[in-house]
Amino acid sequence: MSEGWNKMSDQGQEMDAYNFAYLDEQTKRMIRRAILKALAVPGYQVPFASREMPMPYGWGTGGVQVSAATLTPEDTFKVIDQGADDTTNAVSIRRFFERTAGVATTDETAQASVIQTRHRIPETPLTEDQILVYQVPIPEPLRFLEPSEVETRKMHSLEEYGLMHVKLYEDISRHGEIATSYAYPVKVEGRYVMDPSPIPKFDNPKLSDCPAIQLFGAGREQRIYALPPYTRVVSLDFEDHPFIPSKADHACDLCASRDSYLDEVITDDAGGRMFVCSDTDYCRTRRASATPGLNSPDMTEACS
Amino acid sequence: MTPLLQVRDISRSYGPRIGCADVSFELYPGEVMGIVGESGSGKSTLLGCLAGQLAPDAGEVLFDTRAEGPRDTLKMSEPERRMLGRTDWAFVHQHARDGLRMGVSAGGNVGERLMAVGERHYGEIRTQALDWLGRVEIPDDRVDDRPRAFSGGMQQRLQIARNLVTGPRLVFMDEPTGGLDVSVQARLLDLLRGLVREMGLSAIIVTHDLAVVRLLADRLMVMKDGRVVEGGLTDQVLDDPQHEYTQLLVSSVLQV
Repeated sequence: MSEGWNKMSDQGQEMDAYNFAYLDEQTKRMIRRAILKALAVPGYQVPFASREMPMPYGWGTGGVQVSAATLTPEDTFKVIDQGADDTTNAVSIRRFFERTAGVATTDETAQASVIQTRHRIPETPLTEDQILVYQVPIPEPLRFLEPSEVETRKMHSLEEYGLMHVKLYEDISRHGEIATSYAYPVKVEGRYVMDPSPIPKFDNPKLSDCPAIQLFGAGREQRIYALPPYTRVVSLDFEDHPFIPSKADHACDLCASRDSYLDEVITDDAGGRMFVCSDTDYCRTRRASATPGLNSPDMTEACS
Repeated sequence: MTPLLQVRDISRSYGPRIGCADVSFELYPGEVMGIVGESGSGKSTLLGCLAGQLAPDAGEVLFDTRAEGPRDTLKMSEPERRMLGRTDWAFVHQHARDGLRMGVSAGGNVGERLMAVGERHYGEIRTQALDWLGRVEIPDDRVDDRPRAFSGGMQQRLQIARNLVTGPRLVFMDEPTGGLDVSVQARLLDLLRGLVREMGLSAIIVTHDLAVVRLLADRLMVMKDGRVVEGGLTDQVLDDPQHEYTQLLVSSVLQV
């Protein structure tokens, strides 16, 4: 695993003090073991000795460590934050790996081999050649109902998941529907209940039967879990209140897509707003390939 | 008739100190057993051992399971015992906050056991929760309130509803009326007596309040220093106490 050294000096930066992708080889080995175990037991939270990273907890320390252990010098790396490539978190992490690993980076989902994400799954379907790394703030789906870690671990091991439905029950009794709109709990291969990280529930169906490897890293909570390719992932629900992956009932004001997840952007102080794709790469690609003149009529249609 | 619960020589010590020692008894279906004694006499330790919350050092607890007849619950695997704890057993704590989820609405509290045994129909859960709130005299419009907003007596009634919703056969109660004022106690006892008769429940009630056992219990065990010093029919023990400690206990009750 020392091939990375040369790559870094090629960059002409003074990064010789760092190993390839920042972490030392022993740490990466430890993380890879956790990843392999997580892949072997889909949805199970594997404890690992999370390291201090040069960024605050909550900024993706877990995801960064998983990416660091996953990256090879030949990889092409993409980072998205809420679907966007150009937000602070994404820019920082992308630059971090440009400097410490010297890997190629891209904005295009299709070109990337490793994608680190915060709170979204890309709209472009993933392939078997890709790895999706999620940043996870709180890996335990039962945490807000059962504060004891000892108890939640026991509940996982004994498959006692009634409590998860109590949360959904509370939603319906208070709001008339399941109001949980992100971090929506899922059951993996009929066994472990898992927190899919705070992705919108619109993305939940994409978790299931996905050709790519999906890795989840929680740095502060020191847990790694994973979904191997083509894993069956079911969102929890009630028989009379089925799971509905919801999004804003609108088309994107830029690319006119009706199928992608939308951000609502406030444009002025007078109540002006627009809906745009949260996946910036998807939106840009659509606009680039669209026939000229398509944008404006759709915009008026969308606003009417 | 097969006893619902057979307890044989249960002992539990905390280091050199005795928690409870050599306790044996049988409980038949529909029967209510009272365990009385002063603080530190081992009542709660015994109850904990019976309900699978504490591991006794020695002894057997045979429960007449629906599927396989009498089985030693202490030798069951943990998933089996916890399943029993959600279905055929119920545990009413002295402090309602120990037995309730304070951050979850009353309906959710009652529904939790239903969801834990696989009920996945919201409307069905809701109906049953409302039905049970009615049975323990909590108005329908409080179903979405959290237990924090309830009075002590209501919390205790909610805890009972939450426990009985899956139709258990055996209820463990640890000082169910402790900390409630007398008029609320009276209503709660009335309610409990009604439910026990109506559902044909068996119950083991630990208390230091002799009035509670007089009203609820068919049989009585008196404990002192971890051992059972006297046992028998409730009226018999209370009206004609034989052991000196029981005599002291009975004569200590203030007459109004």
